[in-house]
Order: sequence, then structure tokens, then C-alpha cells
Amino acid sequence: MSNGEHLSKQYDHELEELRARILHMGGVVEAQLQSAIASYERPDVKLADDVIDSDRRVNEQQVELDRVVVNMIVRRQPTAGDLRLIIGVARTVTELERIGDEATKIARAGKWLFDKQRSVRTPRLREIHSSALAAARMLRGALDAFARLDAAAAAAIIEEDRGVDQQFQSILRQLITFMMEDPRTISPSLDAVWVAKAIERIGDHAKNIAEHVIFIAQGADVRHATPEEVARAVSQE
Amino acid sequence: MIVNSADAGNLDAQPHTEAIPIKAEVNKLSFYYGDFRSLKDISLSVHSNRVTALIGPSGCGKSTFLRCFNRIHDLYPGNRYEGSIRLHPDNVDILSREVDPIDVRMRIGMVFQKPSPFPTTIFENVAYGLRLRGLASRAAVADKVEQSLRAAALWDEVKDRLDELASNLSGGQQQRLCIARALAADPELLLFDEPTSALDPIATASIEELISSLKETVSILIVTHNMQQAARCSDYTAFLYLGELVEFGETDQIFIRPATRQTEDYITGRFG
Repeated sequence: MSNGEHLSKQYDHELEELRARILHMGGVVEAQLQSAIASYERPDVKLADDVIDSDRRVNEQQVELDRVVVNMIVRRQPTAGDLRLIIGVARTVTELERIGDEATKIARAGKWLFDKQRSVRTPRLREIHSSALAAARMLRGALDAFARLDAAAAAAIIEEDRGVDQQFQSILRQLITFMMEDPRTISPSLDAVWVAKAIERIGDHAKNIAEHVIFIAQGADVRHATPEEVARAVSQE
Repeated sequence: MIVNSADAGNLDAQPHTEAIPIKAEVNKLSFYYGDFRSLKDISLSVHSNRVTALIGPSGCGKSTFLRCFNRIHDLYPGNRYEGSIRLHPDNVDILSREVDPIDVRMRIGMVFQKPSPFPTTIFENVAYGLRLRGLASRAAVADKVEQSLRAAALWDEVKDRLDELASNLSGGQQQRLCIARALAADPELLLFDEPTSALDPIATASIEELISSLKETVSILIVTHNMQQAARCSDYTAFLYLGELVEFGETDQIFIRPATRQTEDYITGRFG
């Protein structure tokens, strides 16, 4: 991508604004995710409610950013690197909004847990904690890669998603064992499954953002490539 | 699977261009206006039945390049070509001194920026070239005129007023009349030099539509200032700057993932 300035300063300003806005939205979603995980682990109803409330803000940002993207396509008819950035932003907005939805699911599970925790035995899994940290790290890394349009960093994020997927499988096996041993844990275990699944999906969305970064930076569509193919494509540039 | 926005630059991808026959092959073409070297060692292939767009800032040589194809430069003393433009399938170098420019122009038609109808009737504008070529039968001429006007998407608008002066037509109609006039000679290659810059958006759209339909029968080279026009109607795009060919490739590749910084800067509007 070229970093030179457009003949139209206004166009430069709009593109800069677009990048700032998507990164701001990313920051909001990141905070939402951190709070959602904390609200589930403590559990903390007030924090969970904050997460659920903030989802409305994320949704509004999605609609607003989409509007800006459509406007820029109509008014600027972007090409090359500008086009890839604008399309990449539009795709990333969708990923961020979905991460917000998943964070909300985690927060809801936290609230449910708070209501029930005195009456049921709840499985507390270290893996859920570590996979949540891994997914949050992926999101942070994907947003950093976006800010710098760093394809190599994005490729590394894509590789990390495997670990999160494997952790989910392992969590699932453990929860099944719990449920078989003590049917009283079935209900909270299922809740833990939803949380683990939400975390796994967040990892997927962070990976998708990393793929969009590679598209913006290099024009390659790596959405259905293996991590090895991605690494090779990125190193070829 | 890795899908590049355009295949260029991706080692895995096969370019689609191999199977498409070449209509004209430009090899190390340089052109001089007196001492001034306006084109520098340009080599590219014009594919058959495809639209190739030439883009670049004013003065980059794109019109000069286009005009080499029908030897218009021969009309002025001191102009000089180097290199060759080989027209296929017979592989004749149309820049060669042995080749008569008139023969070249019979095979390669040109449509100019401003509609340039002859000061005569609509019918005669198209029939003129046919008579020059010795087509005498009135019925044959009338047939060919109708066929050319239909191909230029003008027939329905003018069939009842063929004896009217061409200058009575609108700008867009006049431009399509000029296209019909060029088509009457059954050209193999059609050159368009900014064909819509004097037209309104609706007339522009009809000319662009026409260009897309014409490529079924003829190969097309078009010079345009309007990059969106190049993106809309061409299959290949060549970017020229200061008389040099900076980049040539499939239009999708050029507009989504240009290989050079200069091309990127030009098409994204960063050019100073």
C-alpha cells in the first residue's frame, strides 16, 4: 500500500478517520471482552450488566462505520490500496460486532452463574481462563496488526487460532467427564460449554480480522488457506 | 487455497492470458517528435477481442502511442518511429516503410475525442468509406450502412432520417455515427481516443456499452482520462508515464493490486 498523500487532502483525512474509528471500535470491543471474562469468573452481576449495555454502543458503531464505508465507496470510488482498506474495514466491522455479541453471551452466563452459584456445584476450569486469555491476546494482536497493516504479525495471529480451537476441544472433554460423574453439574457445565464456545468463536473472529489485514496489506485473500499457506504467501511479498 | 485479488504477483496462479490470441504485438516502440523522444521502448501485446485501456496523466504519451497504430504521425514531417507493431495473424509490421498507411487504416479504425462527422448526410457518412473501397452496388452499400449503424446501436434512432445532415444529431449520436463509419470498413482493431470526454453521462454509458459489445468482433484500444471508465470497460490496462510503460496487466489486477508504487499512486489519486 502506498503511504503518499492524495491530491485530495479531504480524502486522506477521511481514510485516516476511518482507520481511527475502526481501531476505536476495536478498543471498545476489547474492553467489553475483558469485562465479560471477569464478570463470568468472579462472577460479578454489575460488570455483566455493563457488558450487556455496552453492546448497544458497539452495534451503533457498526451501523455508523458501515454508513461511512458505503459513503466513501460512492463518493471516492476507491481503487487499489484504498479500496482494499475500505473493504477490509467493512469486513472487520462485522467481526468486531460479532465479538461483541459473544462477549455479551459470556456476560449473560456470568449473571446466570451468580444467581445459581449457592445451589449448584459449578465446574471451574483453568482451561476456560487460559483460552479466554488466548482469545483476548489474539484480538489485541489482530488490532495491533491492523493499526500497522503488518501482514507478518497477522499471519502469526492466524497460527495462534489453532491453540484456541484445541483448548476448546479439551474443555469439552473435561466437561463431559464432569457431567457423567455427577448429573447435578449438567446445567452449569452446559453453561460453561456455551462460554467456552463463545471464547472459541472470538478466536475465530480475531483470526478473520488478521486475514483482512493481510488482504489490505497485500491483496491476497487467505480466508480459506491453512496457516502454512498463509505464512508462505506473506513471506513471498 | 490462496486467492489473490488479481493473479499477478502470485507464484501459484496461472495467468489467464495465455489462451487469448494476440492481435497486435508492440515491440520496443519508441517515437520521436523531431528530437523529442515521446515514447520509450514500449512493448506490450494487444489481445484479440479484448479491450485494452491506456491510462496515464496528460502528456504521458498515451495518445501518441495510440496514433502510432494508424500512422497518423506520418502526416507531419520530422516524426520518427523505432521498433515495431506487428499485426496478426499475418505478422505484418505496420510501422514499416513498405507498408502503405492507407492499408493500415483500412484494417485499423479510429474514433476521436470530439465527434467528427463529415458535413454530409447520416447515410453518406457511413457509405463514404465503402465507396472509396470500390463497393459500387447501391443495394450492397445500403446493406452495409444498415449493418454498421445497427452494430453501433444507432440504427433505430436514425433509420427514418438517413438523409438528414449528420450535424443534426446529438453529440452521443454523432460519436456512434463515427463508430459506425469506422465499423463499415470491417476493421480488425479499433482505436478510441478519449471517445466520451465530450459527452454527458448517459451518452457515455451508451458508448461504453457499445464498446463492450463490439469486442465480439473487433479488438479495441482505448485512451481514457477517466480511470473509472478504464476499470469499467477494459480487460487489460496499460499505465504510461513520461513516455514509458510503467505497468501492463489485467484490469482487475491493476485496479485492485497494482504491482508498482507509481501505478498505485496514480490510480488512487496520489499523483503530484
